Amino acid sequence: MRLRSLVAAVAATAMGISLAACGGGDKNDSSGGGSGGDQTLTYWASNQGTSLDNDKEVLTPVLQKFTQDTGIKVNLEVIGWNDLQTRIQTAITSGQAPDVVNIGNTWAASLQATDAFLPFDGDAMGAIGGKDKFVPTALATGGKEGTDPTSVPLYGLAYGLYYNKAMFAAAGLQPPKTWEEMVTDAQKLTVPAKKQWGMALAAGSYTENVHFAFINAAQNKADWFDADGKPTFTGDGNVQGVLRYLDLMQKDKVANPSNAQYDNGTKSVNDFATKKVAMVINQNNADSSIVANGMKAGEYGVVPFPAPSGAEQVASHVAGINLSVFKNTKHKDAALKFVKYMTDEATQTTLGKPFSSLPVLKDAKPVFTTDAAEAATFQDVYNTKSKPLPLVPAEDQFESTVGKAMNSMFAKIATGGTVTADDVKAALKTAQDQVAAGS
Amino acid sequence: MSVATQEATPAAAKPAKKKTKRGPEHRPGLNRWLPYLLLAPAVLAELLIHIIPMVVGIWMSFIKLTKFFIANWSAAPSAGLNNYKVALDFNNAVGEGLLKSFGVTVAFSLITVALSWVLGMAAAVALQPPFRGRGIIRTFFLVPYALPAYAGILTWNFMLQRDTGAVNHVLNQLHLSDGRTFWLIGSNALVSLIVVATWKLWTFAFLTLMAGLQSIPGDLYEAASVDGAGNLRQWRNITLPSLRPVNLVLVLVLFLWTFSDFNTPYVLFGTAQPPAGDLITFHIYNASFLTWNFGTGAAMSVLLLIFLMIVTGAYLLVTGRRSRRA
Repeated sequence: MRLRSLVAAVAATAMGISLAACGGGDKNDSSGGGSGGDQTLTYWASNQGTSLDNDKEVLTPVLQKFTQDTGIKVNLEVIGWNDLQTRIQTAITSGQAPDVVNIGNTWAASLQATDAFLPFDGDAMGAIGGKDKFVPTALATGGKEGTDPTSVPLYGLAYGLYYNKAMFAAAGLQPPKTWEEMVTDAQKLTVPAKKQWGMALAAGSYTENVHFAFINAAQNKADWFDADGKPTFTGDGNVQGVLRYLDLMQKDKVANPSNAQYDNGTKSVNDFATKKVAMVINQNNADSSIVANGMKAGEYGVVPFPAPSGAEQVASHVAGINLSVFKNTKHKDAALKFVKYMTDEATQTTLGKPFSSLPVLKDAKPVFTTDAAEAATFQDVYNTKSKPLPLVPAEDQFESTVGKAMNSMFAKIATGGTVTADDVKAALKTAQDQVAAGS
Repeated sequence: MSVATQEATPAAAKPAKKKTKRGPEHRPGLNRWLPYLLLAPAVLAELLIHIIPMVVGIWMSFIKLTKFFIANWSAAPSAGLNNYKVALDFNNAVGEGLLKSFGVTVAFSLITVALSWVLGMAAAVALQPPFRGRGIIRTFFLVPYALPAYAGILTWNFMLQRDTGAVNHVLNQLHLSDGRTFWLIGSNALVSLIVVATWKLWTFAFLTLMAGLQSIPGDLYEAASVDGAGNLRQWRNITLPSLRPVNLVLVLVLFLWTFSDFNTPYVLFGTAQPPAGDLITFHIYNASFLTWNFGTGAAMSVLLLIFLMIVTGAYLLVTGRRSRRA
């Protein structure tokens, strides 16, 4: 009898606990600690520095200052790029979201379509300091054209061609001004005996690959979506653009086939920083990684990523990081204050250097490098040679399908196969069908 | 607590603590509910962990759950059978991809299960007769099973790198290759996947078969060797038939695990998964998360569930019938 009551008691307790656990889950505050009067924001930051820890070190004092000024605490989590999009999706799906989140600005229109984010309408925009403080091209990435954006620019980025000055001088070369010059230089700088390659490509990273699909196609005056937002992947300009980039490894043989396994941009940048390659095409946030790997400012130079002679002078997409507020936040005012603070001139100046970002504010000067020529190059690319990625809801599908198709084509080239224009077209057709099936 | 008084008092009249000698039959209320109470946690857990997610998954497969609706599921319009049509239209990119992935997964599963079973059986039989150090070797063999999957597979990922990996280095030192083989991209990816999955799985086969071997009486082998049966003959005529019930379950479990393996490709390949290593659960994950189309993803999952149920049912039916005939 004693045993029975004991068992019954245990069973009842166990059930009680499990029930309480379920109940707790439902009641749990999605914004993390909104109970009582104390204001705590949850902020998901993307990886901008040399590592997740580095980001945390850089951001912590900045966030502490915000808490001192406003009394609002900020709970920071830094999330790597491989996980960020999935984490945001999960947050949207479950409603268990942070208050404020960093997004890749190319996702802005796609995320806007989910209706999970707070539109910066007149009031909200006013609360963060008005839209006039931003560079217009940067702000334009915040959402679909003609709508209230659901994100505002935080860090500006642009692609540039980094080159090793010593290697170029030793070979008697000038930094390239056209695609053709870039390829010839790269071939001259590919020295198998020294295990030196002309270029490093993040050829296994779908996010990097898709950017080059976009830029190379843009140089061919080709678009990935028509005016109605329908995919037009198989156009000749797109096919030739993608093939031109693949040919760096395939036909021109200026990149190590091993690059097909480089699944993020850091790996190719590290090859450049450790002087295994003469050139790398990367966004300006490469600076912090290059310096962290022991290369000094002044040892490398940057020129705009060149287009073929006679082609459209597009050297980058309007890259960068935007800041979004989840619509279901329980601390809307605090969140807007935080966005205002992060996009203030003082904060931007503080963060511009450690995160190597271009200013998103009008009239602000780049502070990420002491190399005036480099700063001027990136600023020029960002302001005059950048084209925004398609601002359509299916943009994220474009990134994943075309990017992954390029991963596979690079893998085929690296393992000894051949990729022809027809193969590229077939792969892009598949990607296009996948996008069509998803919308 | 054990002071017994007033045995005749009706059960309901007084608080229970005073009637310690009363048997459970005097408390029909608790008696009737106790079994349910004891079962409740299990039923609740089963509902929460299996039934509800499954039902939600099936429901998802009939709605148009794209990025436009994931913030508010209830607003998602019905898709009818459309998600299934997309997944099964093999002339279309999505259906074709699913079919290819299915083919890869079938090949992967059959080879991995066969290899795991052969290795597990060989090791279990080899370690059956007692000898010095047997315990140590048995323990050693269990390491892959005890190691957290993530750590083990990640180590394989390092070893299989082209320029810095141990595998290429060793092959090169032994003059078996030029040391520049790609293991994680291209067609070798399937080989790598099979090796890693077998490495992870075979110890389970080993463990199960070893346990099964313990129940075979030694007399059988003695009698057989008196009759002049060799090792192979003994294995075929005694070990194999005796292990039949174990094998039936083992092969089925191995197959189900392998077919729905997600960790191995996910950790081994990261975001750069090669077509040759595109296992079906991973494919479905990509179809759902990369294109934000959870409806189609759910439809693919349901199709996978149906396929596995058919295979399992057929397997049990066939093997069951044979047992009865035997």
